[in-house]
Amino acid sequence: MKTSIKLTSAQLDVQECYRFVADEVCGGISVFVGTVRNDTKGKEVTQLDFSSYKPMAIKEMQKIADLTLEKFDIHKIAIHHAVGMLKIGAIPVVISVSAKHRKAAFLACEFAIDTLKETVPIWKKEYFSDGEMWVNAHP
Amino acid sequence: MVIKTLFFGIATDFVNTSETTLRIEERTTVADFKIILKNTYPSLAKINSYAIAVNEIYAEDSLQLKSGDVLAVIPPVSGG
Repeated sequence: MKTSIKLTSAQLDVQECYRFVADEVCGGISVFVGTVRNDTKGKEVTQLDFSSYKPMAIKEMQKIADLTLEKFDIHKIAIHHAVGMLKIGAIPVVISVSAKHRKAAFLACEFAIDTLKETVPIWKKEYFSDGEMWVNAHP
Repeated sequence: MVIKTLFFGIATDFVNTSETTLRIEERTTVADFKIILKNTYPSLAKINSYAIAVNEIYAEDSLQLKSGDVLAVIPPVSGG
């Protein structure tokens, strides 16, 4: 197995993603950890609620993992995403990539998170002290 | 035929449900379905753009729907 995909309401485990891709044939591992920020455009955020179209989100995450393996000279990739209410500093997403050489690992990791943000059916709602708002929705 | 449709994200707020069934004609395409949606739920026009997934795959406007398909209204995603 070259890919590990997970969409869970449990807390994400960065070490698990690291361990999945670690291998003796690799010279480097790149790990991206997304964290919940405490403000958006200067306004204080109290928490974020992530929801998903779960079966489709898992399919799209798998597609990204497969495409990233195809496009870059990497060994393994893990893409894990959390759903549910997350507090400031919590981890909604972890992507780890191992490769023989570091350049491919960096580029693959960036490609995977950028693509995830464009295609995977996951939505976040920001909560403020005085209300809430869907992110990106431009109503 | 009858088609099950799921709503996600901000779309659930505008239609006040996460799931519905809509009656459509045979040979309805995704493009036709978007017009049916707009007429059934005028409030959806408040979203600038949304994609339609058919059976958990992003669908082109030209795709013809068949009985038993599960459709989903996918507003702009914001994972990560």
